[in-house]
Amino acid sequence: MPAFPVAAAEAVGDARLRGNLRHATHTIRDKRARAVAELPDWPELRAAGAAVKDRTLRHLDHYLERLERAVTAAGGHVHWAADAAEANRIVTALVLATGEREVVKVKSMVTQEIGLNAALAEAGIRADETDLAELIVQLGDDLPSHILVPAIHRNRGEIRDIFRDRMADRGRPAPEGLTDDPADLAEAARLHLRRKFLDAKVGVSGANFMVAETGTMVVVESEGNGRMCLTLPETLISVVGIEKVVPTWRDLEIFLQLLPRSSTAERMNPYTSMWTGTTDEDGPRAFHLVLLDNGRSDALADTVGRQALRCIRCSACLNVCPVYERAGGHAYGSAYPGPIGAILTPQLRGVTSELDASLPYASSLCGACYEVCPVAIDIPEVLVHLRERVVRGGEVTVRGTRTVIRPAGGHAAERAAMRAARWVFDHPGVLRAGQRLAARTRRLAPRRRLPGPGRAWTDTRDLPPVPAEPFRDWWRRSRGEGSGR
Amino acid sequence: MRVALFITCVNDALYPRTGRAVVALLERLGVRVEFPMDQSCCGQPQYNTGYRHETEPLVRRFARAFAGYDHVVTPSGSCAAMVRDNYPRIGARAAAEGRGGGLAGAVAAVAPRTLELTEFLVDVLGVTDVGASYPHTVTYHPTCHGLRALGLGDRPRRLLRAVRGLELVDLPGAEECCGFGGTFAVKNAAVSAAMGADKARHIIGTGAAAVCTVDNSCQTHIGGTLSRLGSTVRPVHLAEILASTEKEPW
Ligand code: SF4
Repeated sequence: MPAFPVAAAEAVGDARLRGNLRHATHTIRDKRARAVAELPDWPELRAAGAAVKDRTLRHLDHYLERLERAVTAAGGHVHWAADAAEANRIVTALVLATGEREVVKVKSMVTQEIGLNAALAEAGIRADETDLAELIVQLGDDLPSHILVPAIHRNRGEIRDIFRDRMADRGRPAPEGLTDDPADLAEAARLHLRRKFLDAKVGVSGANFMVAETGTMVVVESEGNGRMCLTLPETLISVVGIEKVVPTWRDLEIFLQLLPRSSTAERMNPYTSMWTGTTDEDGPRAFHLVLLDNGRSDALADTVGRQALRCIRCSACLNVCPVYERAGGHAYGSAYPGPIGAILTPQLRGVTSELDASLPYASSLCGACYEVCPVAIDIPEVLVHLRERVVRGGEVTVRGTRTVIRPAGGHAAERAAMRAARWVFDHPGVLRAGQRLAARTRRLAPRRRLPGPGRAWTDTRDLPPVPAEPFRDWWRRSRGEGSGR
Repeated sequence: MRVALFITCVNDALYPRTGRAVVALLERLGVRVEFPMDQSCCGQPQYNTGYRHETEPLVRRFARAFAGYDHVVTPSGSCAAMVRDNYPRIGARAAAEGRGGGLAGAVAAVAPRTLELTEFLVDVLGVTDVGASYPHTVTYHPTCHGLRALGLGDRPRRLLRAVRGLELVDLPGAEECCGFGGTFAVKNAAVSAAMGADKARHIIGTGAAAVCTVDNSCQTHIGGTLSRLGSTVRPVHLAEILASTEKEPW
């Protein structure tokens, strides 16, 4: 993957993509604002959500053990996965043990994060996505570009083409004469998926929350496909990040208010499925919970960065982000695009690759993401914190061990410039001399073309003219040296 | 009441007119301002790019230069937000890393007293009509830090509405970032330029003669984009509008 600025520049040039994103994000952000404004106690709910998550994260070991006991007592099996490879190995082995070679999937971010579908394919297992948007992405050999609406970058016409050309490869073909009418498209997907639900013996899901006190898995969704996958198969395998645990049902109540209004602008999400272990003659006979770390406990060790683990994946921050709107989701190079991706991915994966080191800079720090986040993650604060990690390196936790990392490459010139600028600013005499020189030579100053890194500015923007006299000099001239201090 | 003026590095070097406007305005309102010569850049460019260590000396300088004033007034929403939001963090981290030297305490004394110009006018002086006259159509772009970090709310618009002859027109998508973001404008130039172009289109669409902000830095970006597009809409700092009177148009 190229660094963010390169991928983003390409997306900026794609007029159709920008149009699709602009339309979708603006529609949902306006609806969200209205849904949130309905609740007079939104600020209190938001603070409560943040507080519950923080408390849970502080005692994560305790709640995870409690969760494991509860799940086991309810007839489920708990597996622990330190990283993506281990999680993929566990899930693959569990599927193979059933004798099946096909699974149906509930939309889940975490299985995207670990690349589960590819790992299953390598073992000869076919995984079919059943969420409408995930299905569009899968049929189009594409990658998701949004947390909630993975195919947000596609418009109706593109979806019709994908269905018409690709559905037959993975089961029932699209009906003859398919139009781009939403009802028509939904019907095509319904027919295509119906057979899969009825035939499937194994379902794979993630979870929005895991309630520690009862071992209950909670999946919220809008289409009902998830519920089909959770209830029809004989075996259910759920991969869940360790940060998804909430202590009690009373805590859950807060998030079931925060999440739907922030994500789909609904008062309540249409389907809330809750699943506790196994039950005789109802639902899956076997339930496996794979608890995934994959960098989460390293993020937890960082007192500033850990707030990213509060995230409930509502995607509100994506929908208000002006950078996401122009760059599109793919430029972020991970399952988590947008502002949350810019702070989560470099914590989960580290900042060693060029892409991961560029993510903390994929923001103008405008603060719109922080304003809408239902669990009050101060995304700008974490971005700046991670920028420091990129340019300075320093102490971080990698796979549970405190390690000193080196600064990411490619910042030497910038570091020197920052140090020089600071030195000048800290020596007002030098600063003044420099300003005077600029004022005296101002007619030579370019307005249209700067050399070096400044070119990125003058490619599309003029520079302001250099004034004849800096403010300081004017003050001194008109007020005299002693009028300040 | 001892009031100090904090003129940011961008004000000082590129927009001295804005600084002079603040002085003229405050003196007209009967406030005697001082300008501590020891002041310098607030360190925002360094801090926001990840160079917290380079910022620290500038934070110390700020705390020293502005110690003992009742209020520090600055015509920059983003620099006021830097001082109020980030200085306490920088002080706390310095203490945690054993370079305290009283920085946290010095910052705690000065940060809450640092106000953006419209906060000082409306909250401290209690005025919204400053006796200004500016007979032009103006649209207002609320810059991100003024809007979200400081929560300026409708203070700037209230001040503008009281200006004689000024017609205030709504800016579509006003609350969206103009795409400046300090080094973001250079590090992610393509996205920044696309944001700037959308902002400029909206501004031009209002038919206003001038676009007003409370931040010279955003003004540099918006103005540079407008100018490149060949637009005649004039970027202007709110202080310059408020300084303008019938007798002495700014
Ligand atoms: S960071 Fe906040 S706004 Fe963004 S997806 Fe997570 S919870 Fe939602």
